[in-house]
Amino acid sequence: MTRMSVTTPGDDPVLSVNDLKVWYGTPRGAVRAVDGVSFELRKGETLGLVGESGCGKSTLGRGVLGLLPTAAKTAGSVQFQGQELLGASLRELRRLRGPSLGLIFQEPMTRLNPLLRISAHFEETLHTHEPSLTKQQRRRRALDALGSVGIPPTRYDHYPHEFSGGMRQRIMIALVLVLNPAMVVADEPTTALDVLVEAQILRILADIKSNFDTSILLITHNLGIVAEACDRVAVMYAGKIVEQGDAAEVFQDPQHPYTAELLRSTISLSTVELHSIPGAPPDLADPPPGCRFHPRCPSAMRVCATRVPVTVGSSFGHDVACWLHGPAELIPAGGTQPLEREEIARADEA
Amino acid sequence: MPTKPDLLDVRDLKVHFALRGGALDRLTGRNSGAVKAVDGVSFSLAPGEVLGVVGESGSGKTTLGRAIVGMAPVTGGTMSFEGREIGSLTGAARRAERRRLQMVFQDPHASLNPSMDLLTAIGHPLRIHGVTKDEDELRVRVSEALERVGLSPVERFLNKFPADLSGGQKQRAVIARAIILGPALLVADEPVSMLDMSVRAKILQLMMDLRDDLGLAYIYITHDLASAKFFCDRIAIMYLGRIVEIGPPEQIYADPRHPYTRALLAAIPDPGVRREVPRDLPRGEVPDAASPPAGCSFHPRCPHAFAVCGWESRDLHQLLEDRWSASEDLFEAERPVLGDLTALETPSYRAPVPAGKGHDGDEVAALLERVRADDPDEPLWRGVERIDVRADAASVGFRTGVDPVLTPSGEVQVACHLFDEYAPLAVEGDGR
Repeated sequence: MTRMSVTTPGDDPVLSVNDLKVWYGTPRGAVRAVDGVSFELRKGETLGLVGESGCGKSTLGRGVLGLLPTAAKTAGSVQFQGQELLGASLRELRRLRGPSLGLIFQEPMTRLNPLLRISAHFEETLHTHEPSLTKQQRRRRALDALGSVGIPPTRYDHYPHEFSGGMRQRIMIALVLVLNPAMVVADEPTTALDVLVEAQILRILADIKSNFDTSILLITHNLGIVAEACDRVAVMYAGKIVEQGDAAEVFQDPQHPYTAELLRSTISLSTVELHSIPGAPPDLADPPPGCRFHPRCPSAMRVCATRVPVTVGSSFGHDVACWLHGPAELIPAGGTQPLEREEIARADEA
Repeated sequence: MPTKPDLLDVRDLKVHFALRGGALDRLTGRNSGAVKAVDGVSFSLAPGEVLGVVGESGSGKTTLGRAIVGMAPVTGGTMSFEGREIGSLTGAARRAERRRLQMVFQDPHASLNPSMDLLTAIGHPLRIHGVTKDEDELRVRVSEALERVGLSPVERFLNKFPADLSGGQKQRAVIARAIILGPALLVADEPVSMLDMSVRAKILQLMMDLRDDLGLAYIYITHDLASAKFFCDRIAIMYLGRIVEIGPPEQIYADPRHPYTRALLAAIPDPGVRREVPRDLPRGEVPDAASPPAGCSFHPRCPHAFAVCGWESRDLHQLLEDRWSASEDLFEAERPVLGDLTALETPSYRAPVPAGKGHDGDEVAALLERVRADDPDEPLWRGVERIDVRADAASVGFRTGVDPVLTPSGEVQVACHLFDEYAPLAVEGDGR
């Protein structure tokens, strides 16, 4: 094993999410964007949250930081270093955001103020959160952070438009790092970037983790990025985590049929045959009963269409929510018979 | 060798966009240069062949595709399609070519008019080109196209609006619209990059089926080498407006020649392969096409670049900045020794480095030697011929760079001095 988590399982988690639910009200009824999700993030660990668009992964990332729109309804618990974040006052959340909780957004192009020099961005951040620093100390801290992502000090007084997309994303990262947060949520940090720049950013994230022991929640749709950058992975489908565990283990031996199908349909250099998952992800306002993946699942059984699967540990730290893995005593008689179903109508194909 | 005549033959195609500059420049008539989005691209395409055009943003791949369908102005070179010269055509004559030459865009959401139902949208090309006689025939043709792209039962889709469709279904509708006139060539610009992983394979499969059934040729523009490997008969790697390597995928993937191709391949994240994030990535990013690097455009990022690759003043400036961003202390110590470095941003094989206040040329030269001693393997130093010292400055003289051209190497063609035995010698002979 080349990449073990630097911490032991006995450590207290930095972030502990328990049965989190996030619902949005729409004219068609409640959309259950996140529906009963539990996971933990330990010190110095990178957890990859993967899923297709609409599976609720970005909503989950925002829910963790208390950045949801006020109309969203939440339930469950999100504990950060022992403190409950759900229902915390705005003032309390503001105190945590920045020094404790960092967020790296998807589009670096739109997140820096075009009218302010890079130096002003850092001045404002440091002045707000660490008012005791002198001007000289602030400059020093900012240049250190920029240096760690490879932005030269000579460009400290430049404006955002003078930088390329990859450099802007690196500046965004430096702006998060300068406060040395315990946890960073990175929401698709490389999606708008080219492969080479993407690899540079992933390298920087790996360096942050090893140098500062920062915990990172990396939200992405790209399984390759997870394999390369994450210690553990949680796979989301239709608002639920269907499988989570050590990234290498999950990718080598996926337990949930969705994980396996998603891996098979990813086109990589080693792909020899095109594969796709039949059908399309469900409407979260009206999800299918039982397991939400059962209409598309190649191994669906009778029980899958009627009962919501229970999360079981298939091995240490590797959890899966699928009836194939039991528990057998909860499956009704005859429930393991293959599910008979109609062909998926061509019209419902994505 | 292909016996069939070429479907498309592109020779030395150029698309340059003039920069307008400021109001004063326009008054005085000063030329403010051009962005060379596509700068001398040549290739040919046989009927039913799939050519992958791969590169990063800013490589000119999208502009190349748009120039082929006539959506970007061709400023040089020739382009013949089914034996007709189309590069110089404009207006109605150019538009008539679109019956045989169609385009599929990256974003299916933006490619469909939200207020047109599929019957209207997909039937639109038939109306524009006056192909159908009446509404019934139009309906029949649209139904055929929908059936062909897998949007069936057709009755369920004819009157749907784009908002009713998923991303994959929208891209199918866009493809139906593109094939309804019976084209011979589709230019597909990142047709699957906006789609989810589980849907990408379906759309690629559809495109492969259409090639087999209709004999369609494609120009598949993408940044994704993995999907190109699967789909293409030939791959062209583009960098800053030029093709740097072109050949059959088996060769390109198994034995990439150009350092840029090698880097692109190494950077693809792969869920099937366990490995660390690669450490030896090219530094920096794609440079500004309005003022490309001298010599080989890739040389500032290339780990293998040597003397003739085009080292110049801007590279020296970058080297100093990179050194200083790594260490704040070095920056504080070294920056005052040097004066104003903005002159280095003007491309030149002679880089004057002025001394700062209270320092002299000897100190500047000593500093440069120290930089060289700290990292003697830095490829830039391979291009340095001499460092002249004056009272108030040191001047770094670089070897004149040579622009590499596409040269056969095995089954591929590659534009790189590492594979061109003549270019370096030619310069040796010329002196400087």
